[in-house]
Amino acid sequence: MLRGMTSARLVALFTFGCALLNFPLLALWDKDITVLGLPLFPAALFIIWAGMIAVLAWLMETDER
Amino acid sequence: MISSSLVIAASFLYVLILFAVAWFGDKRAAEGRSIIASPWVYALSMAVYCTAWTYFGSVGRAANTGLWFLPIYLGPMLAMILAWLVLRKMIRIAKTYRITSIADFISSRYGKSRTLASLVTLITVVGIVPYIALQLKAISSGYAMLTTPLGQPRPEMGLWLGDSTLYIALALAGFTIIFGTRHLDTTERHEGMVAAIAFESIVKLVAFLAVGIFVVYGVFNGMGDLFAQALADETLKPLLLVGQGAQEFAYPQWFALIVLAMLSVIFLPRQFQVMVVENVDERHIKRASWVFPLYLLLINVFVLPIALGGLLFFGQGQADPDYFVLSLPLAHGYEWLALFVFVGGLSAATGMVIVEAIAVSTMVCNDLVMPFLLRTERFGSRSSGDLTGLLLMIRRVAILGILLLGYLYFRMAGEAYALVSIGLISFAAVAQFAPAMLGGMYWKVGNRQGALVGLALGFALWIYTLLLPSLVKSGWIDSGFMDAGLFGLAWLRPEQLFGLEGLDNLTHALFWSLFANISAYILVSLWSRPEAREASQALLFVDVFERTASSYPVFWQGRAKLADLRNLTERFLGVDKAERLFTDYAQRLGLSQTKDIPANAQLVQYVETQLAGAIGTGSARMMVASVVEEEQLDLDDVMRILEEASQLRAYSKALEEKSLSLEKATSELRAANEQLKSLGKLKDDFMSSVTHELRTPLTSIRAFTEMMIDDDEMETEQRRQFLEIVVGEAERLGRLVNQVLDMAKIEAGHAEWHNSDVDIQTVVRQAVNSISGTYLENGLSLTLHDHNESIAPIRADPDRLMQVMLNLLSNAAKFVPHPGGKVDVYISDAADGVTVAVQDNGKGIAKHEQEQVFEKFRQAGEFSDRPQGTGLGLPISRQIIEHFGGRMWLESELGAGARFNFFLPRLNESQRLELIEEEHA
Repeated sequence: MLRGMTSARLVALFTFGCALLNFPLLALWDKDITVLGLPLFPAALFIIWAGMIAVLAWLMETDER
Repeated sequence: MISSSLVIAASFLYVLILFAVAWFGDKRAAEGRSIIASPWVYALSMAVYCTAWTYFGSVGRAANTGLWFLPIYLGPMLAMILAWLVLRKMIRIAKTYRITSIADFISSRYGKSRTLASLVTLITVVGIVPYIALQLKAISSGYAMLTTPLGQPRPEMGLWLGDSTLYIALALAGFTIIFGTRHLDTTERHEGMVAAIAFESIVKLVAFLAVGIFVVYGVFNGMGDLFAQALADETLKPLLLVGQGAQEFAYPQWFALIVLAMLSVIFLPRQFQVMVVENVDERHIKRASWVFPLYLLLINVFVLPIALGGLLFFGQGQADPDYFVLSLPLAHGYEWLALFVFVGGLSAATGMVIVEAIAVSTMVCNDLVMPFLLRTERFGSRSSGDLTGLLLMIRRVAILGILLLGYLYFRMAGEAYALVSIGLISFAAVAQFAPAMLGGMYWKVGNRQGALVGLALGFALWIYTLLLPSLVKSGWIDSGFMDAGLFGLAWLRPEQLFGLEGLDNLTHALFWSLFANISAYILVSLWSRPEAREASQALLFVDVFERTASSYPVFWQGRAKLADLRNLTERFLGVDKAERLFTDYAQRLGLSQTKDIPANAQLVQYVETQLAGAIGTGSARMMVASVVEEEQLDLDDVMRILEEASQLRAYSKALEEKSLSLEKATSELRAANEQLKSLGKLKDDFMSSVTHELRTPLTSIRAFTEMMIDDDEMETEQRRQFLEIVVGEAERLGRLVNQVLDMAKIEAGHAEWHNSDVDIQTVVRQAVNSISGTYLENGLSLTLHDHNESIAPIRADPDRLMQVMLNLLSNAAKFVPHPGGKVDVYISDAADGVTVAVQDNGKGIAKHEQEQVFEKFRQAGEFSDRPQGTGLGLPISRQIIEHFGGRMWLESELGAGARFNFFLPRLNESQRLELIEEEHA
């Protein structure tokens, strides 16, 4: 049961990640502003990336048994 | 600038350290204490993905196109999310069937096809050689950058033998040969090499972070300052935006790059080698799947800042952005940092070259050279002799060959193309494996013909739309056909095939090649009939998780001889290794000698799998087929075998359940048997005790009566005395017989009980009164501590209770000292029942003997000072008390007298009814 859940969650994360990193969601960051001195687009990409790593780590490291 | 001798010395020293790490890794592996058996090392070894192309090329790409270096690392991020599902399956398949390369994987899946293996190897070699050339180019350019004064043109490349790059290539080949082909292993694992690669990953990350921190915090005042300056510069600002100036953001290309990288991170030969072949434990994927993307994130954090920093510092078009990581520290006089960064780049390049060369050489040896050699007279099935040396030699030559090819490409292509483009061309080549690989893992219908046509079409289109144009751009081929199309046909223009326009050349090529590849794979598979072997392999691959657990079907029929299979194994794996493998196999079957191994389908399968590890599945199939008599399987046979296997599985499951329940029943039976045995023993003991107890009085009766018969003149007084003894003994005999009968009745449940509501005080008083005479005679004191008020009655048989009381009292009388003995009887009433205690002042009973006194014929104390008695009184009393739902126990300490207690409960209504019912039964 739980084992199946991890697989399903991984697929969900994958799908969500694909959507986040492509058109049209990527176009959301097309703004000429800075966040804490960093340009929005690069900052957003790196933050999304780090977020995905964090979720993946959480999924993989929580022991399901 | 730095003197060339220093650079060479540093590089040499670094390679020595690598040697040390690899040597240590191999040594520990040989000792069985692997240093690579850790998810961290596994993740670091995956970082071989980051080559010199990442190290130098990413900055170059960022300087030209902004964030476009990122998709190459976002793709792996996405791919690693699914690693636990896809990669784990791949590893399981590879480990189960001893698959050691991508070519082997594909060939094995599609019926162990040698044609397919050769095609995959060919694609790999063609696709990878430019990539190796790129690494050599990176090292060579980096070296030139360090050793020429800033701002001056780099020196012309030397002649062939005077070119240092040639020596770099040779040195790398040497290293790879030493750690990649030292010995032949059926799993093709190289622990030392993996340790060295993991070490290299650390070096390149640290070096890159060092130069990043230097640029951001040394040259500029932190990220904020750097980006503020870049944003203020109108030429640089577009690099930081989604839409870059007038140009639309090319979403299709972005998507294509992500897909390309996603596939490459698994299907590049070096990635397959470290992720699948060198994997120590499937569970390592769990951690590695997020640590590896984290590594990629870290190594990319400073790419954009370095690129912008270089552009701001040098000005656009003034210096080669590919080498900003070296020129920036050099320009600021940080020569040591530059040298360290160069060593980092060296790590990135050497790591890639070593693993790639090992992976590709395995393929070349197993899938190109061996099938050809084994068909020849000299090495074929009829020849003999150990071939392990030959195998290693072929691989060594292949490694050398691959590196020299790479060098050749580097010499010829030279400066023609930017680093990043070459890498992407290689990526697109290996992406062609994806349909056959992934389809093969999840789709049983996919067959050999489909894979073959798909791969061939994809490869052809890759050559036509990507490789040829790149050669044209290098100036090797006349550019005419690029614009006009092949044979002057406009719809055949390589970069606008069939008139498809609006895509960049990479996306265009990737689209056409993968589209044709996938379509052909699916359509041909659907419309062609697979051979039996393909169908069986498809089942073994797709259902790998179900198959490995217990019995998996063996798709083979025929006759084999043990000796032939043994010889074959020895030829390819060596005598020692063969001995080990056969001993293992025999042990698994529970046989003591290898010659007893049955030469059946399982053995053929085992030998073939082991050989596959060394010479590839295709060649292994061919060699095994040459020494056994096989019967051709058809599709129906495959289905039948599968059916049998699944039936077998069902049977074995049922059998398992049955044997479990049998086991349970057996253990119950055993317990029951134990009980019976002990009961039987008890009975025997009982019998012997009874006879013993009977014999004693009988003996004395007989002795006295005989004396009286013999002696006619016996005095009357004497005679009378003797007769009294005889009567006494006869009484004792009678008592004993009565008690034995009584005991037997109670135990068998045949005793008669005349229950009524009994006032326990009355019973006790009667008992005390009736025995007080005996006490008085012997000078003993007996005191009853009873209550004045009457206590509520208890349901019991008064005669039986009397029997118990008399027994306890007479026992007590026997054990107290004569004279001076003192016995006290206590009655205490509680809500739930009455407790009666008989306390004596005898010498007491030791703890360990207390329970024994309730056993039949057991009396406490030494045999010699046992008083007269049958040894049945206490057991009977206890049985009686227990019959009424009560219990009897003893409290005593040695030297402090004994206190026998019994407790009789007041039954609740239902228990009472039960008892009454029993009385009437």
